[in-house]
Amino acid sequence: MFKKWFTSESTRRAALFEGQVTPDSSRCVQCGICTYNCPIAIDVRRHAWTGQPVTRSECLTCGDCVQRCPRGVLRFERSELGSPRKA
Amino acid sequence: MTRHLLIGSGVAAVAAAETIRKMDEQAVIELIAQDPAGYYSRPGLAYVLSGEVNEKMLFPFSADDFRRLGVRLHSARATRILPAQKMVELDGGSTRLAYDRLLIATGARAIRLNVPGADLEGVFKLDTMEDARRLIRAARPGRSAVVTGGGITALELAEGLAARQMNVHYVLRGERYWPGVLEESESRIVENHLQRMGIRLHHKQEVAEVLANRGKVGGVRLKSGEQIPCDLLAFAIGIEPQAELAREAGIQCDRGILVDAQMQTNLPGIYAAGDVAQVYDETTGQYVLDSLWPEAREQGRMAGRSMAGKAGAYHKTIPINVTRLAGLTTTIIGRVGKGHDADLLQIARGDSETWRQMPDTLMAQTGFEVNHLRLVLGADHILGALVMGDQRLSSPLQKIISRPVDIRPIRARLLEPGAPIADILADFWNELQTSSPTEG
Ligand SMILES: Cc1cc2nc3c(=O)[nH]c(=O)nc-3n(C[C@H](O)[C@H](O)[C@H](O)COP(=O)(O)OP(=O)(O)OC[C@H]3O[C@@H](n4cnc5c(N)ncnc54)[C@H](O)[C@@H]3O)c2cc1C
Repeated sequence: MFKKWFTSESTRRAALFEGQVTPDSSRCVQCGICTYNCPIAIDVRRHAWTGQPVTRSECLTCGDCVQRCPRGVLRFERSELGSPRKA
Repeated sequence: MTRHLLIGSGVAAVAAAETIRKMDEQAVIELIAQDPAGYYSRPGLAYVLSGEVNEKMLFPFSADDFRRLGVRLHSARATRILPAQKMVELDGGSTRLAYDRLLIATGARAIRLNVPGADLEGVFKLDTMEDARRLIRAARPGRSAVVTGGGITALELAEGLAARQMNVHYVLRGERYWPGVLEESESRIVENHLQRMGIRLHHKQEVAEVLANRGKVGGVRLKSGEQIPCDLLAFAIGIEPQAELAREAGIQCDRGILVDAQMQTNLPGIYAAGDVAQVYDETTGQYVLDSLWPEAREQGRMAGRSMAGKAGAYHKTIPINVTRLAGLTTTIIGRVGKGHDADLLQIARGDSETWRQMPDTLMAQTGFEVNHLRLVLGADHILGALVMGDQRLSSPLQKIISRPVDIRPIRARLLEPGAPIADILADFWNELQTSSPTEG
């Protein structure tokens, strides 16, 4: 459908390293698939309820929750507080 | 101390309880729940059926969370509202609870199938946790199931049972799937996917009778006379608001309970929110029903604010749902369809009446079997959109439609024959982001 747009592989990787998982509550139905798939048991669903990004340093930014959410609630966003790996 | 009484344990009631507590630490909050499973993600029931998540995951709040909120739970059915005494009767008996403010958040229920044999063992709906459990127990690999109805839930039933290795027949009254919301080409995309999953479609047919075999479902007879042997029948033919309590108490109802922008009914101190409420939609000038989780939550919040005595007004947002139709992630935003749907008696779950309010207007579309995008264009704004497959434009479109963004700079280009509308929109969105990045 697209000829171009933003997701080159390198920007995707940068997002994985520097980003934090950010929810859009207006799409969430609290099904819990995100929490179910988190390898370190962060309750991502609660973040989607409160609208707070996952800022916990333990988050592996593995992207499992982002990918498995059936409703596009979660995405990576650059964290405000000095992303450590800035070029 | 104000006594707040909430009827129902769905997301609308829970959102109201949270909001009241935030605004009033002293308030007494009591909640009446007839569903023994309490508060759970009802849309998630479809994912339990398909096996993507286990049942335990559907409970967003623990008992501790409710304790921390200071909510007192009553496992009971509210059977009567007595507005003159400001009381609610429980379980048809002598127990009554007093209130200063009352919220009716009783949701909606599945409309029953009304054909001979519909009460046989082996006939299912997907409405509650208990329904999901019973259906999963009955769904045996290699056996046959018939699904009938329309909207998202009928599809979730067909796909869920197919995922459990059943041979699935999907019986539709109409010529195509979900004609009130989808265009013909979109219905065909969905149907092709269903067929690829091995689901057999029976168009322009209707279940006329459920046939018994030793007291249980053994098959169905269609209107045409054809019989399909099966072990279970699952239906989703629409839902109806559970508004009887309100009607009997003299509260003004249409199809649902009519509320104002504060979510108050015509009786002062009595509020309604969620699937049971019929709310005013500024964009169409009508009172509409939705069955959408985020809308129910927003309405619950607004009711909670009003009940706590704070000012505010509910403005219906543009209804959106992101769902899977035959394995294809699909976002439906705003006014996208019109027309009659013979498979649904009312709206279904995960559905909005607003989606059917498409004006006579121009459409731009692109894409084929996997990625498909359709825009409904007004003079200055995009009124509705349907995004199937590739979801990169789903969030930008939600914002472009909700805000709404003036699209006159790109409108003519969008309407050119064969226009690359995804690219035009993506560029437009990227430019908007650069000119006002904070609004993203
Ligand atoms: C299978 C399925 C799929 C869905 N898919 C989607 C989707 O894709 N997207 C989406 O946004 N939404 C979807 N929904 C709809 C969504 O779940 C509802 O919009 C939402 O749950 C409405 O919340 P509510 O609080 O208004 O009502 P409900 O969740 O229905 O809760 C009402 C509660 O009140 C209780 N109650 C009723 N009467 C009484 C009484 N007299 N006394 C005590 N308690 C009472 C009921 O038992 C129930 O627990 C789906 C729902 C189902 C079932």
